Amino acid sequence: MTLYFKYLALHLKAQMQYKMSFALTVLGQILVSFTTLLGLWFMMTRFHSVAGFTLPQVLLCFAVMLMAFSLAECFGRGFDLFPRMIANGEFDRALVRPRGLVFQVMASQMELTRIGRLVQAVAVLIYALPRAGVLWGPDRVLTLVLMILCGCLLFFCLFVVYAAFSFFTLEGLEFMNIFTDGGREFGRYPFSIYGKEALRLLTWFVPLALVQYYPLLYLLGRETSPFYMLSPLLALLFAGPAWLLWRFGLSRYKSTGS
Amino acid sequence: MRAYAAIFRMKFTGGLQYRAAALAGLATQFAWGFMEILAFMAFHRANPAAFPMSLSQTVSYIWLQQAFLALFMTWFFDRDIFDAILSGAIAYELARPADLYGRWFCQSAASRLSRAVLRCFPVLIIACMLPGPFGLKAPESLAQLGLFFLSMGLSLVVVVSFSMLIYISAFHTLSPVGVRIMAAVAADFLAGGTVPLPFFPAGFRQVAELLPFAAMQNMPLRIYIGHITGADALLGLGLQSFWALALIIWGRALMKRALGRVVVQGG
Repeated sequence: MTLYFKYLALHLKAQMQYKMSFALTVLGQILVSFTTLLGLWFMMTRFHSVAGFTLPQVLLCFAVMLMAFSLAECFGRGFDLFPRMIANGEFDRALVRPRGLVFQVMASQMELTRIGRLVQAVAVLIYALPRAGVLWGPDRVLTLVLMILCGCLLFFCLFVVYAAFSFFTLEGLEFMNIFTDGGREFGRYPFSIYGKEALRLLTWFVPLALVQYYPLLYLLGRETSPFYMLSPLLALLFAGPAWLLWRFGLSRYKSTGS
Repeated sequence: MRAYAAIFRMKFTGGLQYRAAALAGLATQFAWGFMEILAFMAFHRANPAAFPMSLSQTVSYIWLQQAFLALFMTWFFDRDIFDAILSGAIAYELARPADLYGRWFCQSAASRLSRAVLRCFPVLIIACMLPGPFGLKAPESLAQLGLFFLSMGLSLVVVVSFSMLIYISAFHTLSPVGVRIMAAVAADFLAGGTVPLPFFPAGFRQVAELLPFAAMQNMPLRIYIGHITGADALLGLGLQSFWALALIIWGRALMKRALGRVVVQGG
């Protein structure tokens, strides 16, 4: 853990060398998610509600998913750029070092510019929280924390799966973007609006709805069973297959030789 | 002109090489398109009266957007051009007996076109065959289709001349990532990439429709779906031509100034 913080400090120092570039990239990142927000706002002011959710409730979704995603991306960026690590032989070097591989890949990259999105997510959350019609209590606070935390871990696992696939393809599998970037983009609305089939897929196959839609129902008091409150924890089961896939890929790893 | 054609052909065939990547991209685009459509359908159910165009028009808009993504995406840049500026290889480029603006223009137009050609047909064909509300509809008349092709051509020119401005900005900043993202994202949004322009609130919409970004994907797609017809379509083509010309003239002037003071660092 101390080692990880040393890496963190290193990345921070390195990225702070180019302050102007850093600031501009942060601004750029903010603008990217800001256009999503603006689009959402345009749609919600025109239609007022979607599938029974109001603007603040949708914003709550948007903020939670954005926060979970940017945290995961900040620390899991190494997995996102993993195909490059395989291609340039960097991974071979990692294999001979006496530290865990997941740790090394994680520590190889840290994208601190994602802080911009995080700040934006917090701002939207602060706006949305008092307006979403939630009756706050300790259980609801816990639900919200679970949503963000488990969401972050789930996105992290998705990055690992993405990296694990590149053991076989040697290239990033563009299709995974639909679950990582797509999870963030489409997670701006409660997943139920996409219809039953999509919701089922996002519950059982890639459990993004478990950290978003179901706990949201509990948060809004539409469901009272504690099962809904704790559903984000179930999403963590996804870590199992993700880990297995990573191990399996690793056992099949052939160096690209460059 | 023959030199431009050669550059164009070179980039074009180069782009056609990556077929597996295109296939993976295709699957992604379908999934993405479906999710977009499902979201719009939910809004349509919420309040059909507030929908500014018909649902099937919106569906067609989304499929066309996916099919021609490579033509319209403002965040796609030719790495070679940035590398030339950053690495100093620009010195060779300048020694070549062809106008640099024209060269780069052809180069980026060709790489966009080759990507689009690979991707558009499968998307268009499959989207046409999708059942009921998910299907891509044919335009109502041949004239409309003709206008659509004209408008597509113009919109490619506008998109490329806009990205030329960003390439040229690399002469000044050298580390242009942030600026690049911001310009590209703002342009994409104002071109109707996130939400089609008709969904914008009244005030925003009027301003956005006059900006050069509206001359990008917004115009050809809305002509195809029949949201802009007749005289309005001709007016739209005029606006597109105006912006295409203006951006090219501006880009050329900027380039001339930048090249007048270019310092090639290192050897």
